[in-house]
Amino acid sequence: MSVSKFWTVFSACWVIAVTLQAKVVYGFGFSFQTALIDSLISVGTLSLLCLFLCGSLAYYLPEKSKYIYLVVWSVVLALLWTLYLKWGLPKPSTDVPGYVDFVERSLIVRFCIGLLATGSVALASLLWYSLQEQKEVEKRRTESEQMTREAELYKLRQQLQPHFLFNSLNSINALIGSRPDQARHMVQQLSDFLRSVLKKEESQWVSLGEELQSLQLYLDIEKVRFGHRLDATIDCDEATASMKIPAMVLQPLVENAIKFGLYDTTEAIQIPIRAYVDKGLLMVTVQNPFDPITHSPKSGTGFGLSSVRRRLYLLFARNDLLETTAGEQIFTATVKIPQPA
Amino acid sequence: MIRVILIDDEPLARMVIREYLADFPQVEVLQECNDGFEGVKAIHQHQPDLIFLDIQMPKINGFEMLELIDQPPAVIFTTAFDEFAIRAFETHAVDYLLKPFNKERFGKALQKWIDQQKAGGKNESTNEVLEEAALTPSQKERVVIKNAGKIKIIPVQDIIWLEAADDYVKLHTREGAFLKNKTMGYFEKSLSPDQFVRTHRSNMVQVKEITRLEPYEKETWLAILRSGEKVPVSKTGYTKLKSVLGL
Repeated sequence: MSVSKFWTVFSACWVIAVTLQAKVVYGFGFSFQTALIDSLISVGTLSLLCLFLCGSLAYYLPEKSKYIYLVVWSVVLALLWTLYLKWGLPKPSTDVPGYVDFVERSLIVRFCIGLLATGSVALASLLWYSLQEQKEVEKRRTESEQMTREAELYKLRQQLQPHFLFNSLNSINALIGSRPDQARHMVQQLSDFLRSVLKKEESQWVSLGEELQSLQLYLDIEKVRFGHRLDATIDCDEATASMKIPAMVLQPLVENAIKFGLYDTTEAIQIPIRAYVDKGLLMVTVQNPFDPITHSPKSGTGFGLSSVRRRLYLLFARNDLLETTAGEQIFTATVKIPQPA
Repeated sequence: MIRVILIDDEPLARMVIREYLADFPQVEVLQECNDGFEGVKAIHQHQPDLIFLDIQMPKINGFEMLELIDQPPAVIFTTAFDEFAIRAFETHAVDYLLKPFNKERFGKALQKWIDQQKAGGKNESTNEVLEEAALTPSQKERVVIKNAGKIKIIPVQDIIWLEAADDYVKLHTREGAFLKNKTMGYFEKSLSPDQFVRTHRSNMVQVKEITRLEPYEKETWLAILRSGEKVPVSKTGYTKLKSVLGL
């Protein structure tokens, strides 16, 4: 319901209530003026209380188990209103003969009407605000679901790496004829690798050992493809044994290193990967050779690296967890992973 | 005898082609090459009838390699996944093999080429593919040239200006000038229009190399470059420059 619609309905109710009450009071034999003043004062104050109630619920909506507060709140407001009518009526109306007495006698009825009004306003507000809240939650959920879906799709595209996949299949195809055992072995490695990629979820922490294992599978497959040209080694300190790392942080770094290493030179290349601990942080460095003439070091901040940086930022709200340095012919990427408490 | 060369950086990828070729005794494999550099050398040395060429290779890709050869032989492209390359092949109906491919598909491609040869067909489409492939993102970043028998890769940001020189385009860099057997129109298409402006019928200039513009003769200007060189700017060139510079 829009705000203007709310005010229209509210004003209409107010006019009806004022008319009705004035008519009733008039029926008791008071002058039209007295009846109108009585009606305006009591309905006016009651509607102010109702507005207050409605407004206050916008800031505090009791939980399901605490709806009793709402009842208490309505009773208290109705009671306050009745007490005001008993003692707080303004001067001129109290001078009308018999009027004060009339008010005294009608207090119970007035209290009941007041309670009815505050109670129904409280209930209506509760319903309305809950609905509003539910809508909001729903909206947030669809939004976040959509984002998740997009991220998923993106992740899939990223991880499936068509170029890698099809070239690996081509290598297997080549091996089937002459070296069927090796072909089988590679099918196994490729399946294990794909399984490990599919199993991982973005937010998930995995042990370093697990991550390095799937990295090793990837490297083994690449070694079959590129033969003697690729020499990648994984080397980790004992202290890293119990450490954890968010899944799929290392993979893009290694892919990047292989891509630049293998396609930027024609010689055999070395990709050393090293894990160690520094000041409580897990550090992993990945190095690759590059050609400084055809690639300026700044192009090292390629797509793979920027996506890793983004993920680290989303996870830890820090921008300094991925460092890259370009030496004379060696490019080094270092990730620092704060350990979960 | 059909004389072929295999060029692919993955040994197993060459192995499978060799294996399939065993069924074609009329085909002789002259050489296998690991990369485009070896490819250029081997093609010049053997002058093969046909080459099987991978696109993604170290240093220079398959397209860049072909650009370095004056009269490229017939090509059957092989690639695993490269959207741009595939688009280029499809537009110009060149035969290409998507890895992994089976023996039947391979045989068909080879037979198609053999039939074309018998019919006296030529390999005109290779050049068209190269034109198209020049528009792919990686090709826009660098130019590969041959200089005194050596292959040189020039990142486009190192090109100060380009000058038409008969059938060639002269690329002026800090290290000197190099010739590339392409047209100005080709570079106008492949270089980023925000970075390079065709300032004259016979030249293009990298915008950030220009220090100032001086009026020269009636309706012509001279662009003074950071290197101190002076390059003529025509009236149309002047308008283009102004719009790129946002004047």
